[in-house]
Parts: sequence; structure tokens; C-alpha cells
Amino acid sequence: MKILTGNDLRSGAVTWWNGTGWSLFVDDAVDVGDEAEEILAREDAARRVNVPYAIAATIDAGGHVRPAHIKDRVRALGPTVRRDLGVPTADKTGWDWVI
Amino acid sequence: MANDLGTSPDEVQFRFRDDEPVDHGTVTVDSALEQTNANAVRIEPGDDARALLPFLDRIALVEVNFPSFGDGRGYSAARILREAGYTGELRAVGQVLIDQLSHMRRCGFDSFAPDKRLDEEDAARAFATWENVYQRAADARRTIADKRHET
Amino acid sequence: MYKYDQYDQAMVDARVEEFRDQARRRIEGKLTEDQFKPLRLMNGLYLQLHAYMLRVAIPYGTLDARQMEMLADIADKYDRGYGHFTTRQNIQYNWIKLEDCADALADLATVEMHAIQTSGNCIRNISADHFAGAAADEVIDPRPYAELMRQWSSFHPEFTYLPRKFKIAVIASAKDRAAMRLHDIGIRIVKRDGEAGAQFYAGGGMGRTPMIAPLIRDFVPIDQMITYAEACLRVYNRYGRRDNKYKARIKILVHELGAAEYTRQVEEEFAHLLNVGVEPPREELARIAAHFAPPAFVDGPKTLDRSDPDFALWVDRNTHRHKHDAYVSAVISLKPAGGIPGDATADQMRVVARLARDYSFDELRVMHTQNLLLPHVRIADLHAVWTALEAAGLGAPNMDTIEDIIACPGLDYCSLANARSIPLAQRISERFAETGRTEVVGELKLKISGCINACGHHHAGHIGILGVDKKGVENYQLSLGGSEAEDVSLAKITGPGFDEDGVIAAVEKVTDVYLASRAGGERFLDTYRRIGMEPFKEALYGQ
Repeated sequence: MKILTGNDLRSGAVTWWNGTGWSLFVDDAVDVGDEAEEILAREDAARRVNVPYAIAATIDAGGHVRPAHIKDRVRALGPTVRRDLGVPTADKTGWDWVI
Repeated sequence: MANDLGTSPDEVQFRFRDDEPVDHGTVTVDSALEQTNANAVRIEPGDDARALLPFLDRIALVEVNFPSFGDGRGYSAARILREAGYTGELRAVGQVLIDQLSHMRRCGFDSFAPDKRLDEEDAARAFATWENVYQRAADARRTIADKRHET
Repeated sequence: MYKYDQYDQAMVDARVEEFRDQARRRIEGKLTEDQFKPLRLMNGLYLQLHAYMLRVAIPYGTLDARQMEMLADIADKYDRGYGHFTTRQNIQYNWIKLEDCADALADLATVEMHAIQTSGNCIRNISADHFAGAAADEVIDPRPYAELMRQWSSFHPEFTYLPRKFKIAVIASAKDRAAMRLHDIGIRIVKRDGEAGAQFYAGGGMGRTPMIAPLIRDFVPIDQMITYAEACLRVYNRYGRRDNKYKARIKILVHELGAAEYTRQVEEEFAHLLNVGVEPPREELARIAAHFAPPAFVDGPKTLDRSDPDFALWVDRNTHRHKHDAYVSAVISLKPAGGIPGDATADQMRVVARLARDYSFDELRVMHTQNLLLPHVRIADLHAVWTALEAAGLGAPNMDTIEDIIACPGLDYCSLANARSIPLAQRISERFAETGRTEVVGELKLKISGCINACGHHHAGHIGILGVDKKGVENYQLSLGGSEAEDVSLAKITGPGFDEDGVIAAVEKVTDVYLASRAGGERFLDTYRRIGMEPFKEALYGQ
């Protein structure tokens, strides 16, 4: 699948396109398919998100969205060396697939 | 040789001179070296401003092109010309944005023809950015060190 | 240390308001990210993996207790309770919000701090020997010269759009404790026949193509130092490559022209600029130097009670000889075994501030090795200092050992990284600590970079590790034999890379080879230089 990600303009927090807006949680990311470019152009101009871009991702056995690239997996969860500062999701299994 | 390079007076948005601007276009540095009567020259980032030194006194306008605002070679070109005693118009052209204006002014530019016209109020604020300055430049402003040690 | 006058303060205050306006225009959409990015970089604000990152300047690594307390407050108020001290003597905050940044900068300005020019294609923080003003072997305190350069380089109208970033280091001793030869310009202040002057090196650097800076001029009279620097920068601004971001540093220009030709161009420009007259008035250096007058040292005991073996170990490892024999400089380790190199919590910063106030004439240093330093501690006070450091988790007695790892933030934080460096540092330091091998191995400077940009200075490591991306999986290259000191050398790769477990085992193997082969008092680096790469390769890859 193809999902969109960026950093919130004001706070810098990592965000994921959920179909209508930007979520802090990677599991809310939706497959944008062919509409990626159109959404990116519109959202960049809307000034909510900074430098959004499209990435490949899959859904794992647990139903979680798993970005293809290691960098985006780290963005999805937080620094692996400071899990206490990670994205506050209920899903702790993410740390199993981040690297 | 075509003199159709460069900006025209009406593209100049800011000018800090009282004399009449040159009313024709500029030639390249290479052309200027050949044309003994050329009095308006355009410097590109890769040109050596010192090539103009032998005939600075017949030049009334030097345009320095900034194709990209991140390419800072024009700042050195400008200072070099002023240090050599050039008193004609020194015009910054190209991708000239608000946040470069004050540094350009300090380097000796006295006229500005940005590709995209700038907000007048923003520009006025930008030119007034530095109440004081640390280092010497082409503008001959007294530096902070000068002021600290004045008697 | 230097204190702002009204001109310096006004300058910093104005920049805060300017940035506040720029950030507002960005949030309101009047500036695109392309237009805003160079502006925010000039104020040290990056966009990294998880958030904006703010890099606050600590000029030549010197700060006082009040400033350290503010750094702690910034961490609590605007970040997540900690900061990271860098290989250029700065501090980084990893969780800053754009909408808060101007307020954070305003708070910093109240204690004479800023984030000006800590990023961007301009002259960056001037670094200096962290033992400046204390070291027994320095010719003179290099910091007044660094401060003079700091002011000269701040908002320099000609050098704000250089081909690439520009880093300058200043030292004043034969020993190089600031990796001076690995900077774009390295300056050593010397005295010849009683006259002070500056030795200029140019064209060093790490990154993708590490190079050692050649000598450009052996002696520039001190009252022409700024003019000479200006000449070096102008030649670079005019002729540094702008066609390729990875070939745009001055080291490429010096390498491609050759040191002789670069020197010739600089000397020509220098002669011209001497006529123009760009040097600050002589009185300015004297005015600045007055801020760096030595503190009022008092006499006292020159020895101490070593009956506590832990204390004795810390004294042996973490203190450095001082010019006054009743004092030492004391390293505050930010490298607890298994910890994140260079990180300090806000509370730890406050402990450090108090210690500076109570025991070090209110002065602190940030070392480029990502540790902190109390430059002037009475030997009589060392035990009290150590006790307080121990209690705060800052007492690891491991300076310059394999536990004293320099590591960049790596893929855990940095958007440029290919691999994580911090977990590697944690596992290695833990392993050597728990097996007791740290002390046996002795001096070993291990440096880890998470990508080819080499912010961890791995090219200058006795052991260097470079993280790379091998088909989406982290992989690590090992290199040996680098040095950032006056015996400067660049490390050589051992061979094929390793995965995370593999590179940790590899580090153990190469230290085994060293321990089996060392002669006399050889450090790891000395043994490597004597026996060469082969024995290490054999141990790593077999034959």
C-alpha cells in the first residue's frame, strides 16, 4: 500500500494521512493509491503539514500498518533508545517490528 | 553585439542613488572586455569581477545576477568592485528575496531588481535590519568595535 | 568568560524578534518551506525524524552556571527534560515545536545564549580546546581569539551563502584537543620571539571524504588574524564548488587546487584586504581578553587521599593537569556504561551548574567528546565534587577509554542516518564495563557515525564504526587507526561490514589482538600503528 506521512508544521510531530486529515498514529494511515500526488500538493499548500511524502507500507499479521523503510518505522514509534518518549499508542508490539 | 541582457530601470524596485539609471541593457563580462565603449556589464556567479578592474571608471552600471538566492558569489563580486573604487550603480538582480537585502546592501549594492517584486513594507524593514554591525563591509558603516573604542 | 555588552545583547534580541516574525510568516503561509528553511537553519532549527531539533550554540564550549540552568529550564519547558551535547560543543534539543521556538530563543537571550548560525551554509560555532584557560601546556588562552572570530563571523554579509557549512577551531598548544586539523579552518595560536600569531590550516574535514588540513600560513601576526580569515573565506566563497552538495566543502577546493595554489590565492586576497582595512581595532582584542583573565586561584594541597579506590580511579582517569598545581580540570562523564552518549537530564544539568558555582569559579565547558568539564577544581575539593557527580550518575571514571564513546544521534533521531549508533554505543560500553576490560584496554577512542556524514567523527577514531544501509538493513563498517589529536590520522576500513551483533564481537576481537600484541605502555592506536592492519584483519575475517 501507499501511505502519506509528514511532520506537523507547528509542532513537528510525525503525522500520517488518515483519509481526511493527519493523525499521530501510523495505524490510522490509509492507502492513497494513485491519489498520492494530488493529496500531497493540496496538503502542502494547506500549511498543516511540513514536507509530506508518500511511502510504501504493508499491513502485518496483527493488522498494524508497517512502513517499508526503517527510517519511517522509527518515525512511527519513536527513538528505539527512549521508548518512554515514543508515540503514545496502546500497541507495544510495534517495537518488535521497528528494526 | 546585442545589448539586450539585463534589467531595465522599471524592473528596479529599490534604488539608493540620485543619478539617472543607465537606459540600455548590459553586456556580458566577456563582451565588455572586447567592447571598449561598454558601460553596463552583467556579472554571472562564475565570472571574475576583477576582470573589470582595468576599466571600472567607464562603467556606470554593474548588474550582479543571483540565479539562486543560495549562491552567494555575488556578495564577494560586489565587495570586490567597491573595494576597487567602483562608484557606479551596483544592482542585484535575479532571485533576490527579502532576507538577502540587508546583506546585499552592506556588500555595496545600491539598487535591486528582484525577479519577483517584493512587499514594500517587508523590504523597508529588511533594509533596516542592522542597528549595528560587527564587521567591516563595503558600506563603510562604523562597526560595533569602532563604537566601543571611540574616544 | 565573555559577557555581552549592550551591542551584543541588542544583536541577539533583534534576531529573536526577526525569527519570531519569520516563523509567524511560515505558519501563516506567507513563506514556503523552501524559503523558510534557510532562515530557520540560520537559527539552528532543523526538522528531524520525530520533531524539530534546536541546536543551541555554546561558543567555544564555554558557559557559566546561570546558562547551564537555563539550558535545563529549556529542556523542561520546551522539550522532554533532557538535552544532547554535541561533537561541536553545542547542545541539541530534539522535541522543539516551531510555534514555541521563538519563545525558547527569547529565554536563551536573557542569559546571553542563542542558536545563531548553528546550521546553514555559513560560519558555524567556533570551537576551541576545552581545557582553555586551564591547561598547563597552553601558550595563551585561545578563547579571546575565538570570541573575536565569533563576532566577526556573526551575520557576515559576504559569507552568509557559502557553498556549504564552515567550521573553525582554535587551539593554543602543541597538543591538539579540538581536532583542529579536521576542521575547514584550524588555527593554532603560537608565540614566536614573544610575539603572538596564528598558524592557519585550511581544508580539513570529515564527512564523506575525510581530509587533514594542510598548513596554509605558519605565522599570521595576531593583529592581522581576522584579515587572513576573511581572505580564506573569500577565496572559498568565490571558488568553492556549487555544482555538487557533496563536493562543496573547502577541503575539496584545497584538494583540487592543491594547497600551494589555494595558499597563493589567499595570500593575494590577504594583501588586498590589508589595504582595504578590515581588521577590528587592536583595542577590541584587548577588551575581549580582559574577560578571560584567570580566576583568583588560591594555593592549597597538591595531593589527595587516594584510599578510596573508586575515587582514585576517577581521579586518575577523569582529571587533567592544570597550570596551577593546586588545581585540576575535572571531566563530568556523560557516558555511563549502557547510557546514551552525550545526553544529560535537566536535573543533571542543574547539578553540574551548582558544582560549577561552588567549585569551579562558575565556569563550565562542553567537550567535543560529548562530556562536560569543570575547568578549575581545587584538588582539596575533588572528593566533594566526585561524590556529587556519583550521586547524579555523572561520575563514570572512563574518560578516553572504550566506554567514552562518541556517537552521533543516528537513526534514532536523525533524518540523514542510515543506521542507529546509540544502541551500539550502549552495548559496547556495557560489555566492556561488565567484563572489567575497560581498564585493561586503557586509552581507546571509539567513535560511531550513523551515516557517511560522519558527525560521530568515526574517521578520527582509534576504532571507528560507520553505519550503512545494506538493502534496508543496518550494517556496520569497522575502521582502525584514526586520531584527532596532533598525531592526526584517518582510520582505515578493515574489510566487509557486520551486522549489529557482528560489529560488537568485532570490537572485542580487535581489542583482543591489541591486548595480545601490545608492548610497553602502548595504547591501542600505538600497537595498531606498529603492527599494521593484517593481524586485525586475520582475527576478524580469518585467513
